[in-house]
Amino acid sequence: MSDIIEIRWHGRGGQGAKTAALLFAEAALATGKYVQGFPEYGPERMGAPVQSFNRLSDKPITLHCGITEPDFVVVLDPTLIKTVDVISGLSENGAIIINTEKSAAEMKKELNFKGRVFVINASKIAKECFGRAIPNTPMMGALVKVTNFLEINGVMDDTRKKLEKKFSRKPEIIEGNIKSIKMAYDEVSGE
Amino acid sequence: MKIAKTGNEAMAEAMRQINPDVVAAYPITPATEIVMIFSQFVADGLVDTEYVAVESEHSAMSACIGASAAGARVMTSTSSQGLALMYEMLYIAAGLRLPIIIAEVNRALSSPINIHGDHSDTMGARDSGWIQLFSENSQEAYDNMLQAVRIAEKAKLPVMVTTDGFIISHCMEVIDMLTDSDVKKFVGEYNPERFLLDVKNPYTLGAIDLQDYYFEHKMQEAEAMKNSGKIILDVAADFNKSFGREYGFFEKYKLDDAEIAIVCMGSTAGTAKVVVDELRAKGIKAGLLKPRVFRPFPYKEISDELSHLKAVAVLDRSDTFSAYGGPLFTEITSALFITRYSLPVTNYIYGLGGRDINTDALKKVFEDLLKNAASKKIENPINYIGVRE
Repeated sequence: MSDIIEIRWHGRGGQGAKTAALLFAEAALATGKYVQGFPEYGPERMGAPVQSFNRLSDKPITLHCGITEPDFVVVLDPTLIKTVDVISGLSENGAIIINTEKSAAEMKKELNFKGRVFVINASKIAKECFGRAIPNTPMMGALVKVTNFLEINGVMDDTRKKLEKKFSRKPEIIEGNIKSIKMAYDEVSGE
Repeated sequence: MKIAKTGNEAMAEAMRQINPDVVAAYPITPATEIVMIFSQFVADGLVDTEYVAVESEHSAMSACIGASAAGARVMTSTSSQGLALMYEMLYIAAGLRLPIIIAEVNRALSSPINIHGDHSDTMGARDSGWIQLFSENSQEAYDNMLQAVRIAEKAKLPVMVTTDGFIISHCMEVIDMLTDSDVKKFVGEYNPERFLLDVKNPYTLGAIDLQDYYFEHKMQEAEAMKNSGKIILDVAADFNKSFGREYGFFEKYKLDDAEIAIVCMGSTAGTAKVVVDELRAKGIKAGLLKPRVFRPFPYKEISDELSHLKAVAVLDRSDTFSAYGGPLFTEITSALFITRYSLPVTNYIYGLGGRDINTDALKKVFEDLLKNAASKKIENPINYIGVRE
């Protein structure tokens, strides 16, 4: 792995894959890292498979090409696994994190992937914490744990600040989102 | 202050801090966000700008010309077909010597229809009399916008500041933003020498100009463009003194002791820096020259920097369809010829319609350069990379 960590997010249009990558980039910056966050370039359609990307580094990042060999893959919607090659270009030294109710062993077999596979039921956590099955914020928590590059408290503080601006009239949404990040951070498991 | 911004957000923030008198714009992908964000600033009362929503880019530039002639500080933003639709008015803005700024997001031109980043649109306007500044990333886009105001108003010429569509416009990166008061101080007040709303000193602007004086006025415009080079450097020096970030006609990256080098503009230069570092680690003396100012073209300065090289590759993200290479290639080969330098220079046309260019593709260009440097010959002067045959 080089000194730049590359991440690919898989989701469906409307699920917040782009928002997750951008929020994650901002949170990474808040913990003192250099970042890039960018969506798959194209017209987005609700429900269609979409991708977004992050680069993280301790140093300024000048690369401006696409990411085809990520170090980490995040799958927001488990139904994508049947239609999208989510492990494309992912090295066996890398890891994939899937939002699913299945076990890591089951997913490892289903994906036929030799590297590390992590699972977290992020939709359930989201539903419990803030009442909507939007998995992107808890998946950030799982990603922070698996990448082991960012400081979780810094990520939570920054996300709280961002959400405070957006949901100033719904404080329960803010605390629920922050709780979901921590819960996914603690519960993500893999093999 | 270090903050995460996309290229479009960075340009919109620069516009907010500049606080122009008038913005007239029509949205177009991938520049839409710039005017969308800016119009929100207007609605929120964060700027004093008169925002004119028009029905086309031709009208956007026409409104900008009217407002600028009236004495206002004026900006707009566009891309691709939008810039193409402004074509007629671009020449009028330059000919009337109006210091209008465009935040231009580079995008391919139809047909076939495509929304992604290449330099075809901006290159189509290269002879319109506008100063053109290219940006590698969001930071440069932001810094170039601030400098463009001073350059335009001093040179009495319009300026377009460009970023690469989607690759930069939609990529969130870390930028160092200046405070509102620092920007206000740097750009200063706009005090035009004369303006049409100055009713006590009436004058005629845009009158017919036939065989008698047209040529003299065009000659003056050419002189202004020539003289703008020094203004661009002076503004860059002041920017560096004020904020500690260095700009010039171009950026040299490990070029001084290089034997082979790539010349390219925009976001690809950042990727090329990574490749240069990798080759340097292997002991290969690779370098990069990244032009920032394409108009006026600093032909002598660029030639002088390239003259010591054993081989050069010029990368163009647009084609001229002249069967004779891209616009940057023809400028550079011509510049080397008239400054009497002779070295093998090859052209690589890449990335049309946003086609990705990665480090492997750039490594291949450097491999070709090593061969050209050894043989002192060129097998294929014009090459297309990253394209299916």
